[in-house]
Amino acid sequence: ADVCTVNIRSYQVCHTVQELYMFTPSLLVSLYSKLGNVNTNLCLSLRILRPFKDYLHSHIPCRRRDVLVLTPWLAPIVWEGTFNRDILNAQYMQKKLVTGVVTFAVTKYVQFIEGFMSSANKYFLAGHQVIFYLFTDNPEQIPHIQMAPENRLFVIPVQNHSRWQDISLSRMDIISRYIRSQFQYEVHYLYSIDIDVQLFEHIGVEIIDALVGTISSWQYTARRESKSYETRTESQAAIPEGEGDFYYTASFYGGSVAEVYKLTRTCFKGVMKDRENGIEARWHDESHLNKYLLYHKPTRLLSPEYYWDEELSRPRIIQVKRMCSVHKNMLRTPGILGSIMWAMLSCHVFLSLDFTII
Amino acid sequence: MISRKVVGSLVCLFVVTAFIWITAGNGKVHYLPYYLPCPEIFSMKLQYTEEKLIQLFPRLFYQQPRVLAPKRRDVLTVTPWLAPIIWEGTFNAEILDSAYRPLNLTVGVTAFAIGKYTRFVGRFLESAEQHFMKGYRVNYYIFTDNPETIPTVQLQPGRRLVTVPIKKYPSWQEISMRRMEAINKHIAETSHGEVDYLFCLDIDMVFYNAWGPETLGDIVAALHPGYFNVPRSQFPYERRSSSAAHIPDGEGDFYYGGAVFGGLVKKVYEFTKTCHMTILTDKANGIMAAWQEESHLNRHFLSHKPSKVLSPEYLWDDRKPKPPEIHLIRFSTVDKDYKEIRD
Repeated sequence: ADVCTVNIRSYQVCHTVQELYMFTPSLLVSLYSKLGNVNTNLCLSLRILRPFKDYLHSHIPCRRRDVLVLTPWLAPIVWEGTFNRDILNAQYMQKKLVTGVVTFAVTKYVQFIEGFMSSANKYFLAGHQVIFYLFTDNPEQIPHIQMAPENRLFVIPVQNHSRWQDISLSRMDIISRYIRSQFQYEVHYLYSIDIDVQLFEHIGVEIIDALVGTISSWQYTARRESKSYETRTESQAAIPEGEGDFYYTASFYGGSVAEVYKLTRTCFKGVMKDRENGIEARWHDESHLNKYLLYHKPTRLLSPEYYWDEELSRPRIIQVKRMCSVHKNMLRTPGILGSIMWAMLSCHVFLSLDFTII
Repeated sequence: MISRKVVGSLVCLFVVTAFIWITAGNGKVHYLPYYLPCPEIFSMKLQYTEEKLIQLFPRLFYQQPRVLAPKRRDVLTVTPWLAPIIWEGTFNAEILDSAYRPLNLTVGVTAFAIGKYTRFVGRFLESAEQHFMKGYRVNYYIFTDNPETIPTVQLQPGRRLVTVPIKKYPSWQEISMRRMEAINKHIAETSHGEVDYLFCLDIDMVFYNAWGPETLGDIVAALHPGYFNVPRSQFPYERRSSSAAHIPDGEGDFYYGGAVFGGLVKKVYEFTKTCHMTILTDKANGIMAAWQEESHLNRHFLSHKPSKVLSPEYLWDDRKPKPPEIHLIRFSTVDKDYKEIRD
């Protein structure tokens, strides 16, 4: 009984389907062992299968005690369970916001376009107006993409560079130039996302704020000294010893158009200064981004759920993987294993036990 | 031929009407006074000073924030609409102070000291000088019907006291509800060009600990100390559906206290206007909300959620025993005899 009640309470508290997969084996074992006590088991299992009714109206969905949800400068860190998307959607529907997504697909990265665009169309700010700006050096190679009715796609040709580091660094320059000439008139908020990702869960209006950074999935536990900050003081991206809050990833950041413009301009100026001095930052544009976000602290942080590197094994604190990096030839469909386990559980419950509704 | 039933019912109708007319017609008929909203105030287009946003966080040395080490596990620190709830321990006062100080902000405080409440002004101001927004420019706006009774308190440089004369209403409920109108009018006439942020506080309270820039936000509300740990069914919302402050069962996030609210001057102007309109609507319908303007405030904050919520540390009642969740009481009520003070 103890195992059962612990499972159910946890499910009611965080009712993501992924949690259910983890509890299914222990639940099956406990159900079999309690087969004599049919009625109570059915009551418990029906409560599992019926979704937590009050979720939409419950004002505190699930309190996360295991992770930091508020930075010392009072910027919320967005984890699954800290927010109620319906309340946020209601707040944003009135404002009629247009969001832009900037992404780069040069040379062989064009293979990721289809996967990214189809998943982003489905999961990125679904129901809101999104404009995708796709920068590529090879516009003819882009396949036809079915866009959602409220979204638009602009393909912008861009020059290729021989070194991938140069491509990475020039992104800042391109974004700031296009913001000034075009984006500021078309969108209110702008996000820069790497192309080699796929979305598996909804990313909604919880990301909309003045300046947003995502905590890197590789370094969310690291101490300051072991973070990959640039330490050489000759570089503009150098972060002095004893400073630094989090390590932000350059694969997903954004905010209001004005703030992103300031960010990209400052970072690119830093890059140019470094080039003059003959030095290149340790992690290229990511180091410059981290330097900027140290002294211009983001107003909202996204947890590593919002950009998870596939190579890492998933810890307990990551309840949902919303956006994952994909490696070449490894585009996968989620949830096959999960669906099988779900079907097994349903069969067990409905076929082997009495159907009295409590 | 008219049937007997019809005749009978017509006679009854006539008798009842005559009866009512005789009994009630001779007595005094009470018409509820219906105050029309002031059109010139509500349609004024105000010129606000440009909103000052944080430009830079200066270099500081502080303990690294750790993702797996949340500071306060015992309380909710972020609302479901991602507004921070300010508890002691969730924020670093030094970081925020270093970011807000260069912006040269002016913070306004409104407080109503009417009738016998003027006796609290001295202690309120003295404690505010010690604890409220130290190092920032502050304008105290004390609304009173008796300007001579306001004591002169020694103020720090950059802070000033402005006495605003207002009319005294006969009942304390009326005084309480008219606060919204008075604040709104004052913003339209004076404060919109003078201050960046405005806090509307109760006068019968004292500051015990620091109240700093962590409280600054677009729309700021505080949790009522009596209701922060009870389920929403026990909140004293206005439950009568005929009131404009009505909140049905099953709705409501928190119970906010009417003694502390604030935010950007622009936002305070807008929501005091809305609250005053709903109060007038209720007055026209002859109903008064259960907790006067606090109920109207709660109704407003349900549909227009605050961008920052202050924990009960910022609005405490000293008569309550201190629970373990409250680490530091910053602003609390003064013990008083309600019957004597409210006449």
